[in-house]
Amino acid sequence: MASVQSDIKALFESKPQHFIYMDHAATTAMDERVFEAMKPYFMQNFGNPGGFYELGRIAKDAIDQSRQTVADILNAQPSEILFTGSGTESDNMAIFGIARAHERKGKHIITTSIEHHAVELPVRQLSREGFEVTYLPVDKNGQVSVSAVKEALRDDTILVSIMAANNEIGTIQPIAEIGALLKDHQAYFHTDACQAAGAMKLDVKEMGVDLLTLNGSKIYGPKGVGILYVRRGVRIRPIIFGGGQERGLRGGTENVPSIVGFAKALELADGMRETEVPRLTRLRDKMTQGFLKHIPKSLLNGHPTERLPNSVNITILDIEGEAFTLFLNEMGIYASTGSACTSLSLDPSHVILATGLPYECAHGSMRFTLGRHTTEEDVDTVLDVVPQIVDILRRISPLNLDEGLVKEEGKGELKYI
Amino acid sequence: MSLPVVNGNGDVAGQGSKSWMYTDLVKEHFFNPQNLLENVEGFDVSSFNGFGQVGSPACGDMMKLWVKVNPETDRIEDCKWQTFGCASAIASTSMMSVMVSEEQGMLTNDAMALTPQMIMERLGGLPNRKVHCSVLGDKALMKAINDYYRQSGQIDRMKIQNAKVIDPDTNVTDKDIEEAVLEGATDLETLQRKLKVAIGNPDVIPEVENQLHFYVSKYFGDH
Repeated sequence: MASVQSDIKALFESKPQHFIYMDHAATTAMDERVFEAMKPYFMQNFGNPGGFYELGRIAKDAIDQSRQTVADILNAQPSEILFTGSGTESDNMAIFGIARAHERKGKHIITTSIEHHAVELPVRQLSREGFEVTYLPVDKNGQVSVSAVKEALRDDTILVSIMAANNEIGTIQPIAEIGALLKDHQAYFHTDACQAAGAMKLDVKEMGVDLLTLNGSKIYGPKGVGILYVRRGVRIRPIIFGGGQERGLRGGTENVPSIVGFAKALELADGMRETEVPRLTRLRDKMTQGFLKHIPKSLLNGHPTERLPNSVNITILDIEGEAFTLFLNEMGIYASTGSACTSLSLDPSHVILATGLPYECAHGSMRFTLGRHTTEEDVDTVLDVVPQIVDILRRISPLNLDEGLVKEEGKGELKYI
Repeated sequence: MSLPVVNGNGDVAGQGSKSWMYTDLVKEHFFNPQNLLENVEGFDVSSFNGFGQVGSPACGDMMKLWVKVNPETDRIEDCKWQTFGCASAIASTSMMSVMVSEEQGMLTNDAMALTPQMIMERLGGLPNRKVHCSVLGDKALMKAINDYYRQSGQIDRMKIQNAKVIDPDTNVTDKDIEEAVLEGATDLETLQRKLKVAIGNPDVIPEVENQLHFYVSKYFGDH
């Protein structure tokens, strides 16, 4: 057997010609058509939409048109769409906005244990301010049960915030069922659908949501722009006060090019959904099966079928994700990990832990998220490279975890060499 | 001697290479690990006279280390290792194995005095939040040399760390916590970032907090 050093050298010599981006859940490249749509609003039509002159009207028309486009796709009214500075801002606006406007009706909030930090941290802040929070658990596939929501509901519950699809493990939540359950309850229902855009039909009426978050950077649009859908009649308190823009709910001169870009990106993503979803689903399944077949002691994280069409998340035992990511990087393959070693907090993925797996599984979790430009050839390359890296890192590692115990009992018991 | 152990922002700022968060030397040791123990089945353990193991899979770092000490010269002639962990953990172990076995080999006394800072310095520094990944190496080394002393009947030379192990998973002792507090880790979060203590083992958090408060009030007065 060749040495690890020579195998690493040989691997790097087979580096693919072009880079392979497999981190679309983190962000996406902007679509050329989005860029074109935005261009006129930087230097030419730069007017303030609040201005009472032609240049201002052009900008205002662009925003109105964009708002209409977004509303149509969501089956909403234009007045129900608020443009914001990011998905994170929309989540903050929804959570603080509802809490502060309705705290006299109750101070109980329900959310899940697998939310994005943009929901988790505002909710945690509210709990410091005297709100009570119920964190719903998820099953081993990362799904919340509708009955758990029902059981957690109280007379003083004012907000339920549950993501449409998880950013790490891709699991899709039963939003429409939860929406139906909440129809006769005072609690407002918010969903962060940033990952779901372009992957699922987002009809706010079918979903039964009162508030919904989207952002531009996950849909091949610009970064630094998001929307919050707020159903007509739902009162929220602003978190940014200023010049009365966005119905007085979000002060600040509108970011016209980004708003135009967001609408264009959402329109394109929604239009491509019917062809992209089956194409990505097939590639996703090919990749998942390839990994599970060719990498001993690997397991899929998240739901096997109820998951985003572009999301593959696997745990590879006995190795650590940061080291793995760096090997991939050296091969021009860009993916991410749930390992503690890449997070600022040094905590491993709270999502993987919430599914009942032990810490060692979170440290060895790898997320590959496919996108519009991912080809079958890219998938084949990754399927060829990944097992080689696994082999190298396992030869450096002294670990030999018992796969059965990890899978069945969620224990990282050691099977020493 | 100044210790350029961390770079300013401690994050992804590159040193040497613009796109790389680690120094070229770290990268070199990570992608070309030295003294790695391979082919465990064929490895003749009997030719090595000291063994140490630290860390746990739950906290994301684990290491096994073997040393071969020449009883005549008391120098480390060979050092082999295996590490589960991130790039800085792997590179730090590799660098440490070079440091103790290079030239005529390090005297066991000197090896016992090796600190994570010395290893990081040889690596040209580690990003701030990666410092904790390099703290396992010297602990494994001390265990291995103690093991050698024990096996060779030099019980009196064993460095009984005048310290109490607080977290058995990481082998972090009260002395480590004291040192970390002196280096500025005055709250649990910072302490955990530095020592990785109690990350995979929340049961020991109360004791860690006890120690933390003790040393914080000892050195900085009550807050």
